[in-house]
Amino acid sequence: MSEERIKKFEARRQQLRKMSDEQLKERFWELCNQMVEPMVEYGRKYTSMSIERSVLLRMGIDSVTSQGVVSRVNEAGLLGKGAGHVVLKLSQKLGVDLREAAKRINEDKNALQGLF
Amino acid sequence: MNKLDIKKKIDVEEILNDLENYHPRRKGWTWREKVEGGYKVEKFHFKEMSKPLANSVPLPAAKYFNNIDPQPMPVITTEIASGRFEDDIRRMRMAAWHGADHIMVIRTTGQSHIDGLLEGTPEGVGGVPITRKQIRASRKACDLIEDEVGRKINFHSYVSGVAGPEVAVLFAEEGINGAHQDPQYNVLYRNVNMYRSFTDAASAKKVMADAGIFQIDGAHNANATAKEGWSVMPELLVQHGLNCAFSVKVGMPKSQIGLSTVPPCAPPSPKIWYDLPYAVALRDIFSEFKFRAQQNTRYIESDIEEATRTHCIDTMISALTSADIQSTITPDEGRNVPWHYNNIRGIETAKQTLVALDGFKQLVKLDRDGPLGEMVRDIKERAICFLEEMAETGGYFAAVEKGFFVDSAKYPDRNGDGIARDGKGGVGAGSIVERDADYMAPVCSVFGHNQLPAGLKKPCDPIKGCTLCDPTKIAYIDEIDQTDNCNLRLQKTVEYRKGKMIKPEAEWAGDGTVLIQLFVPEALEVAGVAAMEIAKKMGLKDPEVINTQVMHPSEGTFVEVKGKVDFAIDRTTLKIPPKEEMLSEEEIRAGIKKIGLKVVAGTVGEDEHSVGLREILDIKHGGIEKYGVKYHYLGTSVPVGKMVDAAIETGADAILISTIISHNDVHRKNMRKLDELCREKGIRDKVMIMCGGTQVTRDIAKECGMDDGFGRGTKGIHVVNSMVKILKAKKRV
Repeated sequence: MSEERIKKFEARRQQLRKMSDEQLKERFWELCNQMVEPMVEYGRKYTSMSIERSVLLRMGIDSVTSQGVVSRVNEAGLLGKGAGHVVLKLSQKLGVDLREAAKRINEDKNALQGLF
Repeated sequence: MNKLDIKKKIDVEEILNDLENYHPRRKGWTWREKVEGGYKVEKFHFKEMSKPLANSVPLPAAKYFNNIDPQPMPVITTEIASGRFEDDIRRMRMAAWHGADHIMVIRTTGQSHIDGLLEGTPEGVGGVPITRKQIRASRKACDLIEDEVGRKINFHSYVSGVAGPEVAVLFAEEGINGAHQDPQYNVLYRNVNMYRSFTDAASAKKVMADAGIFQIDGAHNANATAKEGWSVMPELLVQHGLNCAFSVKVGMPKSQIGLSTVPPCAPPSPKIWYDLPYAVALRDIFSEFKFRAQQNTRYIESDIEEATRTHCIDTMISALTSADIQSTITPDEGRNVPWHYNNIRGIETAKQTLVALDGFKQLVKLDRDGPLGEMVRDIKERAICFLEEMAETGGYFAAVEKGFFVDSAKYPDRNGDGIARDGKGGVGAGSIVERDADYMAPVCSVFGHNQLPAGLKKPCDPIKGCTLCDPTKIAYIDEIDQTDNCNLRLQKTVEYRKGKMIKPEAEWAGDGTVLIQLFVPEALEVAGVAAMEIAKKMGLKDPEVINTQVMHPSEGTFVEVKGKVDFAIDRTTLKIPPKEEMLSEEEIRAGIKKIGLKVVAGTVGEDEHSVGLREILDIKHGGIEKYGVKYHYLGTSVPVGKMVDAAIETGADAILISTIISHNDVHRKNMRKLDELCREKGIRDKVMIMCGGTQVTRDIAKECGMDDGFGRGTKGIHVVNSMVKILKAKKRV
């Protein structure tokens, strides 16, 4: 395996030998861009508890409350909707401000039922 | 408090006051401003300097250059994180005065595994627990400090670990200017699940990009981790490349992305043969990005001088290639958490080297036709082959699983000691969730799918503004832990910070830490133990040998011992010598003119030193002649008796003797002899007698019968000032 890897390396290197410095640079960036595309795709399509807490922070909800809210939203299977979305929707439903809606989620286990 | 007083310590309690209503006055990174056309100061024309500071402490030798303090173009970084931000703030002020404008705060051990934000001001270990209160207070202090020195300060910490997105938002809200962010760092060194790490990183980077937070990557950690830091160079290009490409795709401008790069080698290797090609290869490939040049930590031991020498060479490599930011490593990093004055030493190493090498590239050119060109090319080709093998293996995630990274062999060789991570394992494994079609985050700076209602001007319209648009909406938490916070700590140190008690310190107010250096004429094994006993007898508490250096296997050893003193000094009991009040030049000239002041001068004894005295006498050096004094110079190695005879012959008003040699206290003996001879000849009342020399002080001179004495740094004006004052006291002028 190792010998085979070294052979492949030598072959690849032969190809690179023909390239100018500028072409080497282009090849480097072409490969890097190709390599990171799947990672960027994860960033576009997925979310996490931390991302959702970071949304709640931006909505003016403190870190301690955000921690509880995102756990509840996750337990309710609603993380894919966005925790900010959940809090906003609840605040509209109850006619309360965002901080109050967040508090209700932490205090009332049934607050999220039937929201979506 | 809206302005610092140079004569007063920074008031930490005052900074904490009304902190809940503080918001940063600007966001984003600031570069130094170049003096166009070069910086002309005194007799020098610097080629590439930034604007000088309003207040600063120049290099020690500046006194020979009229105290100039040129400031190089690269931003200079220092890392300050003692675990107590309230003490770090004082150190930040000292650092800024010495030329640092990028202050990095390392996080407390383990914070990267905490899933969420910390609040309050708990004490940290090896860093500071990064919380809103802590960074807000530090940023507020930086505002005051930057106004004092006259240059913007960039405040910096870390957006890594499993709470990256939240930390990024916190930093954007609080005006943090720079941050480390590299998902590979989480994966390789913090064992955060790789999918989670990149998902979070995309969101964090988007927030950083919009807030203008300058990003530094984490690739240099491979140097610090691999057994042979210099063998992983091809991989380092790959790590830098992946983070850069990822960041750009997420929307970060290239001008906001910095490579954290370290010259990977150190003497006694032929360092330059590894570090220079590496530096050049990086700057070729990453020419559109910024460079944060770090100094080597991998091979830093407990010897501060050795570290400093390596760091000078590291900085020289920056001058030979380029650096937008020159980072510094405190030279004591190999022995302890950095001490106050070692941050300053690190900063001065960078400043001194960069000032000395101003315009270096106008004088020397890299020869790329020789071995340098070949070595540069070799690194690039290996890096590309590394990427091609990754692609063949199935991409980044597959390559990490197979242990491609941080293998200590030079690619393509493998030692099999790379860091392999399981895609299904690590902290936060299985914790990412796919966004639904109707996923929504009604705030600014969101990356990725976000199904907002149509027709919005801003993403945060549905909530009528997010905290990034309206800082008054930020939810501020003061303290959570009533038993571990800065208020309790500050109470304990108030007498040292604001009261009358004085205690030495290395990190924290009142820590009492001191360092003693001693040469023990014994072999290493004996010397360390002996040094400990000596330290104990000197009264040091908790002594610890922190450095030893063999001078010779049997002749002796240099030892450094740290320890603590358990006493403090009461400032009110100190007898501080009053500062010499200087008469005005007019008053001095008038007094001298009135009596036509004449002196005889010479270096006495068997002493051939003449330079110091000539500088005191000659008009050319601003000596006493300039003020109208007539002098008769008798030369060097003048017998004391001859000085007295000359004074009588010429009717001199004063005898000025110089004595540099002080073996066997010969300087004291000569002074006493002069006094005695003047008394014998009956002229002591009429003639002033004064002595100067490197080992002379006013107290020693007076003790030996002189009217005054002068040590290092004396100028002619000090001598005439003293003479006219004595004449005034005698009512002769």
